[in-house]
Amino acid sequence: MELGPHAAFIIAAYAAGVLLVLLLVGWVVADYRAQLRTLAEFERQGVARRSAAPERDAA
Amino acid sequence: MALIDLANPSRFLAFTARALPWLAAAAVVAFAVALYQAFFVVPDDYQQGATVKIMFLHVPAAWLALGCWTLMSIAALGTLVWRHPLADVAAKSAAPLGAAFTLLCLLTGSLWGRPMWGTYWVWDARLTSVLVLFVMYLGLLALWRAVEDPARAGHAAAVLTLVGAINLPVIKFSVDFWNTLHQPASVLRVGGPTIHPSILVPLLIMALAFVLLFATLLLAAMRNEILRRRVRSMRLLRAQAALGA
Repeated sequence: MELGPHAAFIIAAYAAGVLLVLLLVGWVVADYRAQLRTLAEFERQGVARRSAAPERDAA
Repeated sequence: MALIDLANPSRFLAFTARALPWLAAAAVVAFAVALYQAFFVVPDDYQQGATVKIMFLHVPAAWLALGCWTLMSIAALGTLVWRHPLADVAAKSAAPLGAAFTLLCLLTGSLWGRPMWGTYWVWDARLTSVLVLFVMYLGLLALWRAVEDPARAGHAAAVLTLVGAINLPVIKFSVDFWNTLHQPASVLRVGGPTIHPSILVPLLIMALAFVLLFATLLLAAMRNEILRRRVRSMRLLRAQAALGA
């Protein structure tokens, strides 16, 4: 693999791409965990959504 | 499962739980193949040399930048016309992804432009209209953050999205309407692509990888947004209960 005289530009472009993808993946994973944590906290406190009540009653 | 069933957020969450691992795996495999092709198979371009490798990021990112706003425009119609319950969830979740891919398009374009054009930036029609698209994405993100009620924010964002869609044909045809430094369309054009198959096929594989990544991130972000709205409704219930006590 020979990147030629402009290798720095190619490497910088791919580094930016990798960084951006990692940031996006990290953001959705961290956000998912945060929402699940908050929901679990509410459940522990006995707060339930109105639409969730029948599901719980049925179970 | 019928497509209409996905309008129910609970069913949509069940669908994402099943679909996400497969989509993510498909994206990883597609990126592995595309990157192997880009670095070990594709020949250097006769004019650009090895910098043609930057195009494998720049072009799919540009397509997704435009495609994401198109998707948000369809979702905006879903919010305003059909009042689909997941339409503004999709629009809100897509906005940061669109902004990220537009930023990647601008960054990789600049990094390609410096060795090829001798400059990182020129205020020509194509570059400027894509910069406007990026600013519009940032404006949408600010709007979603500024309005606390998701339904009201969704309506305002839908109107802004549809107004902003005017910029999409401007971007696409800017290289035809104006005399720009940016080259004219070479893949999506009447008469077919002008790129040699040895570069075109790997480019399309990379575009597929980008689409799979986008679909994975969009589904995951939509799942997060549905959960965030559940958290919000539980906060309101708790506040109502506290007021009633």
